[in-house]
Amino acid sequence: MSETTKDLYTENMIINMGPSHPVTHGTVKFLVTLDGEKIVDMKVDIGYLHRGFEKMCENSTWEQVMPFTDRLNYVSPLINNVGYALAVEKLIGIDVPERCKYIRVIACELSRIADHLTNIAASAMEMGAMTAFLYFVEAREFIWDLIESFCGARVTTNYVRIGGLKNDLPDGFKEKTLHALAEVRKFWDDVNKLLTKNRIFIDRVRNTGTMPPEEAISYGFTGPCLRASGVPYDVRKAHPYLIYDQLNFDIPVGEQGDNFDRYLVRMEEIIQSTRIVEQALEQIPKGPINICSPEYRWQPKEAVYDKIESLIFHFKTVVEGIKPPNGEIYFPIEAANGELGFYLVSNGGGKPYKCRVRPPCFPLTAAMPRMVKGGFIADIIPTFDLINMIGGECDR
Amino acid sequence: MIADLIETIAKILFVFGINMGFFSPILGWVERKQSAVMQDRVGANRADIMGYKAIGLFHPIADAIKVMVKEDFIPDGANKIFHTLAPFISLTCSIVTFAVVPFGGQYEIFGHKVNLVIANLDVGILFVFAFASLAPYGAVLAGWSSNNNWSFLGGMRASAQMLSYEVAMGFTIIGVIMVFGSLRLTDIGMMQEDFFRWGIFLQPVGFILFLTCAIAENKRIPFDMPEAESELVAGYFTEYSGMKFVMFWMGEFLEIVTISAIVTTLFFGAWHLPFITDADLVNFFSFAGQTGSNFLAILVNVATFLMKVIFFIWLQMTIRWTLPRFRYDQVMKLGWKMILPISLINIFITAVIILV
Repeated sequence: MSETTKDLYTENMIINMGPSHPVTHGTVKFLVTLDGEKIVDMKVDIGYLHRGFEKMCENSTWEQVMPFTDRLNYVSPLINNVGYALAVEKLIGIDVPERCKYIRVIACELSRIADHLTNIAASAMEMGAMTAFLYFVEAREFIWDLIESFCGARVTTNYVRIGGLKNDLPDGFKEKTLHALAEVRKFWDDVNKLLTKNRIFIDRVRNTGTMPPEEAISYGFTGPCLRASGVPYDVRKAHPYLIYDQLNFDIPVGEQGDNFDRYLVRMEEIIQSTRIVEQALEQIPKGPINICSPEYRWQPKEAVYDKIESLIFHFKTVVEGIKPPNGEIYFPIEAANGELGFYLVSNGGGKPYKCRVRPPCFPLTAAMPRMVKGGFIADIIPTFDLINMIGGECDR
Repeated sequence: MIADLIETIAKILFVFGINMGFFSPILGWVERKQSAVMQDRVGANRADIMGYKAIGLFHPIADAIKVMVKEDFIPDGANKIFHTLAPFISLTCSIVTFAVVPFGGQYEIFGHKVNLVIANLDVGILFVFAFASLAPYGAVLAGWSSNNNWSFLGGMRASAQMLSYEVAMGFTIIGVIMVFGSLRLTDIGMMQEDFFRWGIFLQPVGFILFLTCAIAENKRIPFDMPEAESELVAGYFTEYSGMKFVMFWMGEFLEIVTISAIVTTLFFGAWHLPFITDADLVNFFSFAGQTGSNFLAILVNVATFLMKVIFFIWLQMTIRWTLPRFRYDQVMKLGWKMILPISLINIFITAVIILV
């Protein structure tokens, strides 16, 4: 072959994949140099969804940041809410009541299930398995109905508050959740049958986008993609927060670090998350959901209307914002995609002096050229899908 | 002479009518509705006339109106002639093939011998292949003339894929030809009068290989590399809109019908019901007189044939909505390294059995 084409003049094709291309959801642009179907070079352009999140935070009070965090990873907004609230609470040095911790864990894990379902669904769809996509989207519907039942919203949840929660779980939540999780498992079984042993699917994802563990660490991988490479790092186990150290769950780990392992890790994490939710629902104690500390968490409305002290606290915290002490803090939690960290600096005022987010998908997106170079143009699809780049989080 | 002319025109009108008037609009609906049923959705049910929805059957009408009033867009720098020509090639190739597909046996109506096939060619199956191998020109020209990188990649993929699968398809069909000893599709159909002489029993491997190749030829999932909407936006017809786009679309749907018709003819007893010969049918309807019984037998033939075709359409739709897409190199590997050798072995074994 090389003999016959030696004298043939060929040119590489440079092609813009995105920002408006079916595979570059989340709005990113790949500048791909192609030799036939092979990828010779690739440049990643991000920033199409930049909204100035960090600058917006500096102009809002600490509580007003909460709705902004919904828009980071918009597939699992509750985890962002929890991450930000935990960071601010650590900065202040307060601890929320036990029931609140359980509800936060349930919220996080439900979001994680929704995120993984969406991710696998989207990947399947882009590889042509439309039916698997719709099965998982339907399963996600059950989760979102649950989330709606306690937040009132499906996507922009804005549920968690600094020092507590917006409201308690509704009546009959446990039964509804167990029912929904059983339904999700049914869909999980269906998709497992459709994809996990499907030769075409395995051929597409096996040995594509492979990342050895050392390189994955040096790129800054976290979450399912790092675990797929064989590194059992999970913030929930490594640096337990909330009540994760009291719960019984496993961390699935891959072997080869390719797209198939990423898929398998996510599939298994769905099951592990349902386990966590079930345990949390079993053990959840009764009690308050908000801390009783009026300078940080609003008093109930009755108290605000009836008592002058509460009214004053309410007025001060709403108008000026709560005032964490001087200092800085970095707090990581395990988001669906990996380590989501909030780095906050307070100068004692009502607004964050600095609010920096460590998005889990930024290093993953940065490693795209490393993972697909030398592969086929079709390998971009499973690789980019299964790193689960979310524009809102990556570009902020 | 006049009777021949009337017969041919009637048959052309029938075949053309059933393809353009029934299959091509209805398949758009079937694709939507079947996928909806498979995926637990409601499916197409928005278009209504006076509040009456007819389980989404008005959608083809709505689609037709929509595409006819759409702008016919030709991108800058595109080769206008080829850009316009390509969809016509695609559509023509898939329609013309029906000329040689028999949909019934030989009967006598009003003392005139009727052969239920438009063109009873000696080389019927080769005619099918000839037009199947013209089809890539539609895709390649569309991809090349659009002046778009994605279209170009799609066109390249289409040419490579369709050419390689034609080779494999040709070899899979040789087994069938050896068994039946004829290239004329009517003869092949006639010989399957006996249920145990159906192609599927004589050439089981050939059937699976042929169906695989045919789906690959038609560029549908799992072989839709030339379109691959997540990779190449829409592949070779990225730059098409309005009526021209629909011509590709119709070409694809009619090719599903063609494949089903050919598979039925070669492997599933063509127009025959199991254990019932054409003579039996005529005898059964003998109460209706000579012409009447022949006419009723024709109706049964055509209905049987259409039912079988519809079954294979359903099968192809099910495959399309179940499987994910191959990668380009895997398709090539499958074609050249798996299907081609297996079909050669199939030919060899068939030859040995026939000799013995």
